[in-house]
Amino acid sequence: MKSIHKFSAWVVLICGLSMIPSNFLPVWQIQLEAPQYPEGLKLEIWSHKLGGDVDKINGLNHYIGMGLIKEEYFSEFKYMPYMIYAMAALSILVFIIRKRLFLWINSLYLILCGVWGVYDFWQWEYEYGHNLDPHAAIKIPGMVYQPPLFGWKQLLNFLAGSFPDIGGLLIIVPAFIIVFVLFYEQYLRKEKIA
Amino acid sequence: MNKKIFKSVLTITGVITIAYFMFGCKPKKVDSAISGNAAEKVYVAPGKKDELYLFTSGGFSGQIGVYGLPSGRLLKEMGVFSADPQTGYGFSEETKGMLNTSHGWVPWDDSHHPQLSKTDGNADGRWIFINANNTPRIARSSLSTFRTEEIIELPNCGGNHASPFLTQNTEYVVGASRFSVPYDKDGEAPIAEYKDKFKGTVSFVKVDPKSGRMNLSFQLLVPGVDYDLSRAGKAKSHGWVFLSCYNTEKAHTLLEVGASQRDKDFIMAVNWKKAEEYLSAGKASTMPVKYAHNYWDENTQNTISEMVNTVNVLDVKDLPGICYYIPCPKSPHGCDVDPTGEYIAASGKLAAVVPVYSFSKILKAIESKDYEGNFDGIPVIKYESALKGEVEKPGLGPLHTEFDGKGNAYTSFFVSSEIVKWKVETQEILDRVPTYYSIGHLCVPEGDCINPLGKYVIALNKITKDRYLPTGPELTQSAQLYDISGDKMKLLLDFPTVGEPHYAQACAAEKIVKNEKRFYKLSENNHKYVTKLEKDAKVVREGINIHIYMTSMRSHFVPDNIEGVKLGDVVYFHVTNLEQDWDVPHGFTIKGASNAELLIMPGETQTYKWTPDRVGIFPFYCTDFCSALHQEMQGYVRVSPSGSATPIKFSTGEETN
Repeated sequence: MKSIHKFSAWVVLICGLSMIPSNFLPVWQIQLEAPQYPEGLKLEIWSHKLGGDVDKINGLNHYIGMGLIKEEYFSEFKYMPYMIYAMAALSILVFIIRKRLFLWINSLYLILCGVWGVYDFWQWEYEYGHNLDPHAAIKIPGMVYQPPLFGWKQLLNFLAGSFPDIGGLLIIVPAFIIVFVLFYEQYLRKEKIA
Repeated sequence: MNKKIFKSVLTITGVITIAYFMFGCKPKKVDSAISGNAAEKVYVAPGKKDELYLFTSGGFSGQIGVYGLPSGRLLKEMGVFSADPQTGYGFSEETKGMLNTSHGWVPWDDSHHPQLSKTDGNADGRWIFINANNTPRIARSSLSTFRTEEIIELPNCGGNHASPFLTQNTEYVVGASRFSVPYDKDGEAPIAEYKDKFKGTVSFVKVDPKSGRMNLSFQLLVPGVDYDLSRAGKAKSHGWVFLSCYNTEKAHTLLEVGASQRDKDFIMAVNWKKAEEYLSAGKASTMPVKYAHNYWDENTQNTISEMVNTVNVLDVKDLPGICYYIPCPKSPHGCDVDPTGEYIAASGKLAAVVPVYSFSKILKAIESKDYEGNFDGIPVIKYESALKGEVEKPGLGPLHTEFDGKGNAYTSFFVSSEIVKWKVETQEILDRVPTYYSIGHLCVPEGDCINPLGKYVIALNKITKDRYLPTGPELTQSAQLYDISGDKMKLLLDFPTVGEPHYAQACAAEKIVKNEKRFYKLSENNHKYVTKLEKDAKVVREGINIHIYMTSMRSHFVPDNIEGVKLGDVVYFHVTNLEQDWDVPHGFTIKGASNAELLIMPGETQTYKWTPDRVGIFPFYCTDFCSALHQEMQGYVRVSPSGSATPIKFSTGEETN
């Protein structure tokens, strides 16, 4: 098993540790802006709970017959914190063992978590955007209210924006760096030695 | 640097750049900055007068707000359905009767739609009418005195919302029920039997062209849906009234869902000339009801309050040719007729288009019986047969439309909080401006007339949020003034309003100013308790009632020392203001009175009822700063124990003995 450079191990450790605060910070945010909401509304998704203007948003959503957004409907909140701790734990393991194989495991886990996270988020957005009460007050034929996965999208009078929050950035940026370190260890460093 | 390192760094930079642009790619908001010379356009220099009067409904204040435009300066809050302590309206003995109803004395209501009286389809500046939504009533206020002169209650009605809308010569004030209820004579019914037992009515209140006196001429008995808003036809459609109807589902609970199910509700077209024909042909029946009719008698300066016990009714399902339904998308709200009388714009609150109907097409469809069926016995005209065209993708939550007389229409959009300008003939959208926030009605001065003054449009907003200094949980409602003289609408001014302005109407100031009353002539004052000369002032005991015939003049009352009142007496101060000049009212109040003040105009007599609650000396004084010696305008009443021997005594300027 190939060892990794000491500096790389340090980078992975710091990246892994920096993911821990994500369990105490909002990970993702959905912003809503409308003419009569110039200050905007914000739905915060934490690893273990919802935050922000959930009640206000639920109050508005009932017009279009969107389902209630309630914490207990999302089983993800029960295990997501452990997923994040696992990310940190793997990085610590990489630092201690300093083997490339473990860096591979760490990186693959991060990538899998990322893919799963995007899919899970998308399917919830799809569910809330499409599964509307047929007796809703406002029914616009063909209109769905699926928020964007990332970026801005106009939904009736609301401009909806979906972006990582501070906690999310503390996962995404270090994850990118760890994968880059693997890339470096696998290809660049080898060439350099040769 | 190694090529691959360079490449990977480039890739990462690329990803970050794309992410950055997606953050940055936020759609731009419409520019809300006001144009450079807006201040100049709304500045009315001190001492100069505004060019227009704006009358806003008070909503839950029950009153009418009077403003000058373009400055947005508040001139008056006119007492209509709510007792008004600052003028004594509803507190003086003379005006208490104005608030009588069949439910007793009702000192508050919810007023929505001011309507200026019309002659030949244009505002004539004589009266303003407004509805009471809660305890169904229509009021008429004079624009020469800015006082409410008449209030008539509407029987067989719940929620007088589609009201009051005037025909083009003020022949009728029309009011229709928003909340259907069983007829008054039928009393109660299980609410679950809404569909069979609950009915709507459209009341036609005839207006005397000279005196303005109202009279409930007849009521149309119509299906039990919710009648929301209305406009009378004008010019070529004179003789018709158009009403929007929602809840054609006839839901009686959770209407926000239950009344939003059908794709189309209705506009109801009413041929009132036909109804008049049936009425004069004796086709009306009389229905027992009980409603109050209160009107001001100028001569005796008193309210005459009567209870009326019958009403003429015409059942439209038995009398063909009066009513027709026209399908209209999704819970229509506003239903507005253009200046030519040919086009009717209707706004479904939840609809994706604004349909524009053609009056000639409606007539043709009726002639050729182009119906798709009937609803509760009333023919339903085919949508396409009545339609001129649709305004497509107009905005969200269309509510109301006004017109500028230059072929353009202005529609308010509550949900997307904007005004959209479109061409009536082609339904093409020309311009849109944001409002701050959630506009309800809008008003073009004389915008419902044959000749609108298409210079401004005023947005009437429900939410102000961050627009003004905050005042706790409850914030002011507001109005915004836009210049519509050019192609683009331009925001000029934003001002807070009293109460909630639902609808407002504005008209040229000169139409009103020319009729202005400056004071009441003392020689024409035939009040039962008038005192025209100071020497005639007196105090008269009639059993436990004490009548004080009092005068006020800068800066004294006659009499100002009064004795002989005993605990248990009821005291009536009949105060006559002897002044005969403009802007010299005198006020009157006395310590401990469970009443407001009186504000007595020159030449007028008003009565203050006071029941002393204890023995003592009670000061009274003038509450309106009338003169340099206003602070000296005061007096005393001595209240002695009941059964005491204190004789009646009164005087001014001498020792009582």
